[in-house]
Amino acid sequence: MRRFMAHLLPYPLLSLAILIMWLLLNQSVSPGQVVFGSLLALGGAWGMTTLGQETPRIRRPLTILWLGVIVFVDIVRSNIAVAKIIFRPGSRRGTPGFMAVKLDMRNPYGLAALAIVITSTPGTIWTNFSSASGILLIHVLDLQDEAEWVDTIKNRYERRLMEIFE
Amino acid sequence: MIDIELAFENLPPWAALLTAFCVFMGAFLTLTGSVGLLRLKTFYERVHAPTLGSTLGTGFILVGSMICFSVLRGRLSVHEILIAVFLTITTPVGFMLLVRSALYRDRVEGNDNVPEGNPTPGKQSAPDAAVQQD
Repeated sequence: MRRFMAHLLPYPLLSLAILIMWLLLNQSVSPGQVVFGSLLALGGAWGMTTLGQETPRIRRPLTILWLGVIVFVDIVRSNIAVAKIIFRPGSRRGTPGFMAVKLDMRNPYGLAALAIVITSTPGTIWTNFSSASGILLIHVLDLQDEAEWVDTIKNRYERRLMEIFE
Repeated sequence: MIDIELAFENLPPWAALLTAFCVFMGAFLTLTGSVGLLRLKTFYERVHAPTLGSTLGTGFILVGSMICFSVLRGRLSVHEILIAVFLTITTPVGFMLLVRSALYRDRVEGNDNVPEGNPTPGKQSAPDAAVQQD
């Protein structure tokens, strides 16, 4: 039964996401839309199997929620910080620069999530990750305290993402 | 689905004010990002500025849209969330490609102030901010 379900629904979360997207787009939960959305959801997941990615194991829903709150707060804070830098006169704009962080995470889904978190937070951009050495290169708009950025990435984001994905 | 009854006169003042505030804040942040695109000096600095528009800027406008149309239609209108989700997961791809190609070109041209191929943690920083990771 388990194997049959795995065959029918190779990516259950992806299918659920497609169904929810379809219902939101149509703004309706009528039976017809649910059936059509479910067909799309199954088809989408089957299409995904041709890419041959492993099914992500996602755990700790509370951690996901908490990480979402943390990232939201950080996005708001760095929006304000970057806006301040933009309006500051050119001579007092701080020091932008590249910095390297050594990551312990190897899960591709976790790394993808970290890339999205880092890049969608204004002021930091994911530049390069070497899976051989585990060193991540990011560009920071205000590189005053590098140790603080390392602490943010390692302890605020990476630790929680590793709990979720590994 | 043509909503003739969706006339904006029907919007109660409190909702109109909230919507106006959200749309104004969103537009202001997006404008700030565009100003940054002009004011900041180097490519790597400039690429940070438009993220204001793609995060909170869009977020405020979407919340304004949700408030406005939820009140006008008298039912919850939350499909704007989809815009936020897709924007959040797709814009980083574009930003990353831009920065990586700029970095590639700077390395090929041998320009200053770009890290070498295999950076080590703490190397670009001041000695007092050295990172103890290993």
